[in-house]
Amino acid sequence: MTKEELKIKITEILSTAIIDESSEWINVSVEANEFRSFMEQIRSDKDLDLDYLFCLTCVDWKTHLTTVYHLSSTTTRHCIVVKVKLDRNNPEVETICDIWRTAELHEREVFEMFGVKFLHHPDLRLLILPDDFIGFPLRKDFEDPINMIKL
Amino acid sequence: MFEEIGTTEEGDLLINVGPQHPATHGVLHLVLTLNGEIIKKVEPHLGYIHRSIEKMCESLSYRQFIYVTSRMDYLSAHINNHACALIVEKGLNVEVPQRAQYIRVIMDELTRIASHELWWSAMSMDLGAFTPYFLAFREREKINEIMEETCGARLTMNYMVPGGVMAELHPDFQKRVKAFIVDFKKTLHEYQELITGNIIFQNRMKGVGYISKEDAISYGCTGPVARASGLKSDIRKIAPYDVYDKIEFDEILETDGDCFARYQVRINEMSQSIRIIEQLIDNIPEGDFQAKTKAVLKLPKGEFYQRVETARGELGVYIVSEGAAQPYRIKFRSPGFSNLSVLDHMVRGYKIGDFIAAMGTLDLVIPDIDR
Repeated sequence: MTKEELKIKITEILSTAIIDESSEWINVSVEANEFRSFMEQIRSDKDLDLDYLFCLTCVDWKTHLTTVYHLSSTTTRHCIVVKVKLDRNNPEVETICDIWRTAELHEREVFEMFGVKFLHHPDLRLLILPDDFIGFPLRKDFEDPINMIKL
Repeated sequence: MFEEIGTTEEGDLLINVGPQHPATHGVLHLVLTLNGEIIKKVEPHLGYIHRSIEKMCESLSYRQFIYVTSRMDYLSAHINNHACALIVEKGLNVEVPQRAQYIRVIMDELTRIASHELWWSAMSMDLGAFTPYFLAFREREKINEIMEETCGARLTMNYMVPGGVMAELHPDFQKRVKAFIVDFKKTLHEYQELITGNIIFQNRMKGVGYISKEDAISYGCTGPVARASGLKSDIRKIAPYDVYDKIEFDEILETDGDCFARYQVRINEMSQSIRIIEQLIDNIPEGDFQAKTKAVLKLPKGEFYQRVETARGELGVYIVSEGAAQPYRIKFRSPGFSNLSVLDHMVRGYKIGDFIAAMGTLDLVIPDIDR
C-alpha cells in the first residue's frame, strides 16, 4: 500500500488518529484509551495485515513519555509507526503482547528502563536490572552517582 | 534469582543454565522448569553484561557512537557499524562514493562468513563434536587476517564511518580475498561431509525446536531463524542498501522450521556470501573511499530508522534527533533480543538434551541481547 492508501485506511479505522508524514514511514499518534482497540483492528484488518512488530521502544520528552511501535507487514512490506503519549508521573498503557508475542520481552525492557506500566501484561518483572534497583535508567533525569553513564 | 532453585510445589525441578555455562556462549542466565526430563518453561534473566549502550550514545557525537556499536554483536561488528554509518548518511543526505559502497558490502559478507563459521564450530561443539571447532577457526583466522591488514583490528574493526570507509584498502586485499574464496569453497564442502550427513547429528537436529511460520512472525524472529520457517525476512532483499540491489544472490528459505532447517540456511548462506563477493571483488571502482563531510555532524530534527541484515538477522537503529550534535534518543533493535523471545516457546515439551541443540541454532550473542 502507498502512503496515501495507508492514510485513508487508518483514518477509516480511527478518525481521531493524528497522522504525520514527515518521516520515512507514516506516524500515527493515538490516545492511550483508544490504543488497544486500534492495535487489534490494524492487526486483524486484511488490507493492512500488520503482522510483524519489529521495534518497540519509548522516548522520554521530559514533559511526557511516548511509546513507539514500529509495525510492518510480511506480505506487502509496508510499515507504519504508532505512538502513544503517556503521562510522565503515571505512565500506563495496555499491553499488546497477546497480539504480537515478541512484545512480551520488549515491554519488560521498556517497563524497567522507563517505568511504563503495561496493563494486563502476564509477567511484568525486571528483566535486565537487578531486583533491588531503584530508578528508571533511560529517563533523561536519571543520575547514577556510582556508575557514571555520561561520557 | 538463585534462591528459587529446587523443587516446586507441583514437583517440578527448577535448574539454572548459566550464567557460566559453555553452551550459552556468554553470560546468559536461563532458569528451566523441568518435569522429569521434559522442559515446561524457560525464563531468561538478562543483564550480566549490560552496558547501557543506548544511554551512553546520548552523550556521544554522531562520529563517536559508531565505535560503541562494534561491542554489541561483536561477531557482526562491521555490519553494526554499517547500520550506523547509513543512518547518519540518510539524515544528512550524503552521497557515498561507489568505491566505498563496494568495499562495505565485501566487508559485510566476509563478516557474515566469519560469523557463520564461528556459529558452526560452536554449535557442533555443543553437540559433542570437537573437530569442527578447529576446522572453522582455521578458516576464520584467514578472514581475521584480511580484516587486520585493512582495518587494523581483528574483531572490533570500526572501519565504516559516515560517508564511506575509514581508510584505503590494503594493496594485497583483492589477492588475499580471492585466495580465500578458492580455499573456502573446498572447506565448505568439507564441512558438509563432516557434519551435515552425520546420522548422529541429524537425529539430534531433525524435528527438534520447531517454529511454525505464524509463530516466527508473531515472535518477531529474524535472520536465519525466520528464514528456516519459510518467512522471507532478508533486509538485503526487502530494503536494499548500498550495492545490494545491483548484485545477484538468493534468499535461502527452508520450510521445516526445525534445528536442521536453521543449520541448512546458515550453511547455504555462506555460499551465497561467496557468490556476492565474487561479483564485487574484481569490479571495485576507482575513486574516493570517503565522501567529504563536515567535522561536526548534526542530524536535522526528526526521526530516522535504518535496517540492515547482520549475520543474526535484522538490526534496526532508531534515532530521535533534536538537531543537536548528539542524538536525543537512540534505540538498537537487536536481532538477538527478538530471537531470544521465541526460545521459551520453541523448546517447551522437548527434552533437556534437545534444549542445547535448539539454543545452539538460535545463534545467540549475549552482548547483542544485553546491549
